[in-house]
Amino acid sequence: MKSYEFGLWVFMLSAFLGFQLIRGVSPLLHTPLMSLTNAISAIAVVGAILITGAPDAPTLSKVLGFIAVLASTINVVSGYLITDRMLKMFKKREPEKK
Amino acid sequence: MIDSGFLNDTIIPGLYMLAAAGFILAIKWMNSPATARRGVIVGEIGMLIAVVGTLLRFEVVNYQWILIAFFLGSAIGVPLAYMMPMTAVPQRTAISHAFGALASALIGTAEYYKTTPSGFTMGALVLEILLGFLTFTASLMAFGKLQEILPTRPITYKGQNFVNLGIFTAAVVIGITLIVSPEMTWLFPIFMGLALLFGVLLIIPIGGADMPTVIALLNSYAGLSAAAMGFALDNKLLIVAGALDGSSGFILSIIMCRAMNRSFSNVLFGAFGQLQVSAATTSERPIRSASPEEAAQILDASRTVIVIPGYGMAVSQAQHKLREMYDVLTKRGVDVQFAIHPVAGRMPGHMNVLLAEADVPYDKLREMDDINPEIPMADVALVIGANDVVNPGAETDPKSPIAGMPIIQAYKARTVMVIKRSMNPGFAGIDNDLYYMPNTLMLFGDAKSFLSSIVKELAAVARS
Repeated sequence: MKSYEFGLWVFMLSAFLGFQLIRGVSPLLHTPLMSLTNAISAIAVVGAILITGAPDAPTLSKVLGFIAVLASTINVVSGYLITDRMLKMFKKREPEKK
Repeated sequence: MIDSGFLNDTIIPGLYMLAAAGFILAIKWMNSPATARRGVIVGEIGMLIAVVGTLLRFEVVNYQWILIAFFLGSAIGVPLAYMMPMTAVPQRTAISHAFGALASALIGTAEYYKTTPSGFTMGALVLEILLGFLTFTASLMAFGKLQEILPTRPITYKGQNFVNLGIFTAAVVIGITLIVSPEMTWLFPIFMGLALLFGVLLIIPIGGADMPTVIALLNSYAGLSAAAMGFALDNKLLIVAGALDGSSGFILSIIMCRAMNRSFSNVLFGAFGQLQVSAATTSERPIRSASPEEAAQILDASRTVIVIPGYGMAVSQAQHKLREMYDVLTKRGVDVQFAIHPVAGRMPGHMNVLLAEADVPYDKLREMDDINPEIPMADVALVIGANDVVNPGAETDPKSPIAGMPIIQAYKARTVMVIKRSMNPGFAGIDNDLYYMPNTLMLFGDAKSFLSSIVKELAAVARS
């Protein structure tokens, strides 16, 4: 099987898995869900590292790659942290009053 | 020393697979608030594994710039996450879509100039760059509108859809030309420019009330761009993560569209709210209004109260006062619930996050379909800063621009109270019959100060 054909299979199955998983998420958590998936798609940082760190990288690649690593890192860091910050606020019962 | 070929071919793909499993579990655990935080942790571990694995690959030799970018990115990302007020979450989401899309577009551009691939790889690259650049500018525009740097009303002109379609077609044609003959490098900047321009034009006609759909759609595009990068770089982890993000955004935008009874094309090309403004301003029907004292007495005398919040609550930052009212009423034995319409606010789930921040327990936040059957039994429906989502015209008037949109049936409650600044029609410029019903009391004023007067009155009643 050609590599891209394999990739298309992976894509198709992941998309269906995604549909099923997202459908299970309560609308209560749609905002944190969005910031979580955004942080996950910042996995683009992998591509950015490969471009920036290559031994034969021309200057253009290094500059564009640097910006890409920077932008993805911001998304990874702030995405996970803000998702957690939001989720911490969802409480079932009244917090104890002082 | 580990043999570097073994590392690249066996160990690193294994690490990527672990990372993908982490991401899948992270989304799975988001299905309940009880497990969601565990999901974030497993997602973080997945990301860490993927990044460390990539740094170990033997073709990565120059660490200097990568580490500087990591450091700078964290220095920006940490304050961004902790200092951002919860009311600004829609803006933050828009800007993070812009960052993600930019990263993916730039990686594609660098790859194109470095290797000038052909065939399938070039096809994936073109898709990645097109989606990346258009999502970048579109998300920046969405950010501008949410932050109110740009006018939030839809901007339309004659022939707009024609211009947009023309530019998009031109971008696609040039993209296909580049796939067929990738060596025509002079076409590439034109391609980039068209994609960037299309992103701007796409958002110009979109109004604030449609932002939940658009943000979800941009989320989907950013994910698809990352998946296309996975094809271009032949990296399965990117394909999996991109597909998950892409399908997530897609489903959310479908949910948003359904909650407005509109189609995708209608949201993107319909320029809602522009046509009806003139028709809606002249209504001279009688209304009844009430003071905070009267409102407090009615609330105090009721057994069940259903609160329906909307974007106006976020604008006036009334969620904390609302929670104080909730406390006082609950203490006095009144059952208070919150009815959340899927498109209330500026992004999916916006109201839930604001109320959770104000410490309202999440089991009191109810979905529209879930709470509608209970509204006829409610003594009071209290509408705060919501308009179209409680407009009975959606059910009764087939000519209404929002006809067929599912609404929270506030009008079925014994008494309806609406906190509103004035009788100006709402964002979409549609008149709302709810305000003129015999069982409706209008409470005129800023939501936050009105609620705080109600809370004061309730406390006074409690003491006497």
